[in-house]
Amino acid sequence: MSRLTLLSLQLLVAIVAIVLWQFFSAIPVFGKILLPPFFFSNPVDVFSQIVKWFSTGVIWRHLAITLWESILAFAIGSLGGIMVGFWFARQPRVAAVFDPYVKMINALPRVVLAPIFTLWLGLGIWSKVALGVTLVFFIVFFNVYQGVKEVSRTVLDNGRMLGMSERQLMRHVYWPSALSWMFSSLHTSVGFAVVGAVVGEYLGSAAGLGYLIQQAEGIFDVAGVFAGMFVLSAFVILIDMGVTLVERRLLVWRPMAADGRG
Amino acid sequence: MQTTTPTAVALEDTKVAFRLGDGRVYTAVEEAHLAVAPGEFVAIVGPTGCGKSTLLNVAAGLLKPASGRVRVFDRPLAGLNRDAGYLFQADALFPWKTAIDNVAIGLEIKGAPRAMALERAQGWLTSVGLGAFANRYPHMLSGGQRKRVALAQVLIRDPKILLMDEPFGPLDAQTRQVMGNLLLELWSADRKAVLFVTHDLEEAIALADRVVIMSAGPSSRIIGDWRVALPRPRDIFEVRLDREFHALHREIWSVLKDEVMKGYAQSSQAMEAV
Repeated sequence: MSRLTLLSLQLLVAIVAIVLWQFFSAIPVFGKILLPPFFFSNPVDVFSQIVKWFSTGVIWRHLAITLWESILAFAIGSLGGIMVGFWFARQPRVAAVFDPYVKMINALPRVVLAPIFTLWLGLGIWSKVALGVTLVFFIVFFNVYQGVKEVSRTVLDNGRMLGMSERQLMRHVYWPSALSWMFSSLHTSVGFAVVGAVVGEYLGSAAGLGYLIQQAEGIFDVAGVFAGMFVLSAFVILIDMGVTLVERRLLVWRPMAADGRG
Repeated sequence: MQTTTPTAVALEDTKVAFRLGDGRVYTAVEEAHLAVAPGEFVAIVGPTGCGKSTLLNVAAGLLKPASGRVRVFDRPLAGLNRDAGYLFQADALFPWKTAIDNVAIGLEIKGAPRAMALERAQGWLTSVGLGAFANRYPHMLSGGQRKRVALAQVLIRDPKILLMDEPFGPLDAQTRQVMGNLLLELWSADRKAVLFVTHDLEEAIALADRVVIMSAGPSSRIIGDWRVALPRPRDIFEVRLDREFHALHREIWSVLKDEVMKGYAQSSQAMEAV
């Protein structure tokens, strides 16, 4: 299938879906409207809501806040995950002691932490960042831990025989291996950073995409909810494309850069 | 070996044993005695599972012998053998480094400036015939090319001893011969002491000055030591047609054959036990 055919077919799916949506929400079939606008809104309203957000410019502030929260959550979560991952992998005794607690916290659905974070950190961005961090941390942590543990015995022996000190082994062997595992889960961890931010906003905030959706829902403005969802999807897709670019750059040495480990 | 001749690396009554999970002790190699003189190319041949790689790891300092001593240039070995370069059987290149970075790293960790290390690495890549592949990552190279990079990576550090663990084992027959010739060519430039482990007797005779035969494991011993008097420089393709080569091959094979059979019998018994 050529690129052009594929693209036009993909576009066709969207057009058909939107036309059907518009049709069933406006024209009665056998005397009954199948998608009542009160519950399902319609594409025209949703689209005009999106246009209004962008033309008046209110959306930018919310986008910026969600983006900033996601970035902070990703950065802090990754940093913590890398440090603890390395520490545990190099100190098996520490890892063994903490193992049940790590499992316990990881098993906890992180959403239930949101109220606690709001209580501790207030309604500002930090409670959302904290929620994102708890999600990102574990993904990065597990991958870095695995990456350090899974270093090939032969490669390690080779490093030693070439005369590497413990510190040089860290820099030339453990570190690149751990990073490669971390980068291969980049899509997941970046995605979770956004999830943390939006869910946090949804549960209590004064700005952000999650806040927009929650506000619209509060006044039964279904068009607003859908508009928020579409903007959020576009936002996530853009971020994901950015991640793909970064990944291609960083994992050139791997046979298949996108095999989605983790 | 006479104690008067200087040795690059010597294993003296080296015994290697491992403690198994159930507390029993598995003796891989029984008191082995082996000395490699400076500039000498020694090949160790033995049936699979006879502990030849184990012996090499002892010489490298990666493994501690249960008893006996290892001497490197007449000094007892403590820790890793810093005079030795080790060519592994499996892929040991750093997959996240390009070919040239893989080779340069040997100098960089010694503190050489990067520009100088890269220049020398390029030179070594050219010597192993990969001058145009400097910026390829290992996964973009064929098995034979990876071995060439690995060879350059080891040689750039200019080790006095080369330890090679079936380095050409995973390669196809033609590539092995090409690599053998390349090795001889590079080696003849500055004759390092070489300890070369292989299961291929032909390869051993074609390359080495001395061929050492080990018995089937466990508790394997060194059971034979032949001097290969074939003239150098040798060509691996040609030397195999030599009458002397055939005579020597027949002589050594008559000893090795029994051990190979024993090795197979033991490993198939072990399989049945499992």
